[in-house]
Amino acid sequence: MSMRSKAVLITAALVFALSLTAPAVAVTLNGAGATFPEPIYALWMSKYHDLTKARINYQGIGSSGGIRQIKAKTVDFGGSDAPMKGPDLREAGLIQFPMVVGGVVPIVNIEGVDAGELRLTPDVLADMFAAEITYWNDERIATLNPQIALPDEPITIVHRAEGSGTTWIFTNYLDKISPKWHETIGTGKIVPWPGGVGAKGNPGVANYVQRVDGSIGYVEFAYAVQNDLAYVLLRNSAGEFVSPTIESFQEAAANADWANADGYYLVLTDQPGEGSWPIVGATFILMQKEQDDAATARSLLEFFDWCYTHGGEMAIEKDYVPIPENVANMVRETWKTELACDGKPVW
Amino acid sequence: MPNAAVRGASEHRADRAFRVLTAACSLVVIALMAGILFELLANSREALGTFGWRFLTSDAWNPGRAEFGAASSVYGTLVSTAIAMLLAVPLSLAVAVYLVEVAHPRLAKFVGGAIELLAAVPSIIYGMWGLFVFATLMQRHIQPVLGERLGFLPLFQGPPMGIGMLTAGLILALMVLPFITAVTRDVLLMVPPVLKESAHGVGATMWEATRGVSLRYGRRGIVGAVFLGFGRALGETMAVTFVIGNSHRISASLFAAGNTIASSLANEFNEASEPIYLSSLFTLALVLFGLTLVFQIAAHFWVARMQRQETGDR
Repeated sequence: MSMRSKAVLITAALVFALSLTAPAVAVTLNGAGATFPEPIYALWMSKYHDLTKARINYQGIGSSGGIRQIKAKTVDFGGSDAPMKGPDLREAGLIQFPMVVGGVVPIVNIEGVDAGELRLTPDVLADMFAAEITYWNDERIATLNPQIALPDEPITIVHRAEGSGTTWIFTNYLDKISPKWHETIGTGKIVPWPGGVGAKGNPGVANYVQRVDGSIGYVEFAYAVQNDLAYVLLRNSAGEFVSPTIESFQEAAANADWANADGYYLVLTDQPGEGSWPIVGATFILMQKEQDDAATARSLLEFFDWCYTHGGEMAIEKDYVPIPENVANMVRETWKTELACDGKPVW
Repeated sequence: MPNAAVRGASEHRADRAFRVLTAACSLVVIALMAGILFELLANSREALGTFGWRFLTSDAWNPGRAEFGAASSVYGTLVSTAIAMLLAVPLSLAVAVYLVEVAHPRLAKFVGGAIELLAAVPSIIYGMWGLFVFATLMQRHIQPVLGERLGFLPLFQGPPMGIGMLTAGLILALMVLPFITAVTRDVLLMVPPVLKESAHGVGATMWEATRGVSLRYGRRGIVGAVFLGFGRALGETMAVTFVIGNSHRISASLFAAGNTIASSLANEFNEASEPIYLSSLFTLALVLFGLTLVFQIAAHFWVARMQRQETGDR
């Protein structure tokens, strides 16, 4: 054998031997969807990786994107804040379950106005976003806020450019409390806004509101905190002006009747309670009923199980309301009965 | 050629292989274009079937109710590109002329290098800079002044948001400018010095020589450069998406938000799950493809006409 072919043979043997001794590749799972829960998901995924070396990737592309990707099976799980109805779920061959509950807050950029200073009532909020109220110093805003010197500036609405579960939760609330909104704009992941600018993702809305003077937008509360934005106090159904806090979210979420929700379809906007925050919603995980790989499915479910049992404190720290233990047990039952790989259950 | 007979057969074979290989590469290009066109047409069928020609004139964009129309996107694409070209073309000609005719050679080299660097900056950087720096500048300083002085025109009415059609057009102008400048400068540098010297010799001023000789000689190249820049502006995605405001409405005011075909596709492609939605996006892409094709043909004819005029002049 020539020198050259000997060298080639030795190299090939070495590579082969090395590949046999290579360490087992850690599990990598992919998800995509709503940006609403991204702050808490990022924290959970990072902590879980530290514990188990399993890597879960999640891309915030909006709820509509999450639904599309899980339907197309390009990801292992999708995230959406706009729950699908039971029949639609069954038709698409998906299951959905709530992961965590959060609050949507309106945020404003007015000179001299800090977080928790501006007070708005539901109808004023709806009319601002419907472009019926177009200036900050409008009488209806001024009467609610006599202590603030509102500027003579036009209101710029910042909404989402893509299909968003956060938009769905927000418009669901506006739809409930404003007949005019119900007629003209309605509920949806994407709605015909009367103007303003569209931003990508919750981070995009937070960004735009920061940059554009005299703007109003809506984001999941964690983003308002992260970016130090001026959130608004809202008057809830009990007639009280409430602040978005973990307690006001928890009070709203306490009303949730998960047991009677088909496919866990539940809406938590405008919930009763003296201290309830009016715009609260659950965010959901979507998975294919028919799993291609039992081991992958099991790893993913182990992660979600860990989030239910150990992720509660971290969630509260970030102002998300964790799913209560009894509901988590219901979800585990759903995994047992609904998820299968080649006919065998994965959980 | 004395050696031709000796080289004979093997030369023929090499030549033929070369011809075949280059022909094959060209065919690949044509096949690729045909493939793209075919995909666009095939996927647009559903939307075109549902909406017909109305798709081009309707400005509705309501995914919830499955109503789609290209008008707002086409309007945004054309307006933002128009703003960009109106600003970029005169400026880049001026810069190129300065670099070639007026500037000290070392300064020209330095500025020329800077221009080429700017042309190579990725578009997303322009978008980020546009959002983080330029939009604030526009909202606080530039738009209010425009609104005050030129507010009688519907173009400059409405609240200054910083983000919107005008900002997008300006960012596009900044992106296209270095590109056109670089090519125009190269074109002007190729003007034979003897022509310029002759002009000066009969008493022409610097401006007369530049206009009458250099710019006229390089006419075709300059038009080509402009159309290349135009093509880039037409399809630019990331820079525009950041600052145009993503609104599917047509507004007379340049301060308002809008969208372009490219920005709509970038924003919404990820999530279009209903077939009609996806098909509408493909139709938008087809429209952009068509627009680009129309302008390419226009450029081609314009340049060809200039060529005929030149040979006619002689």
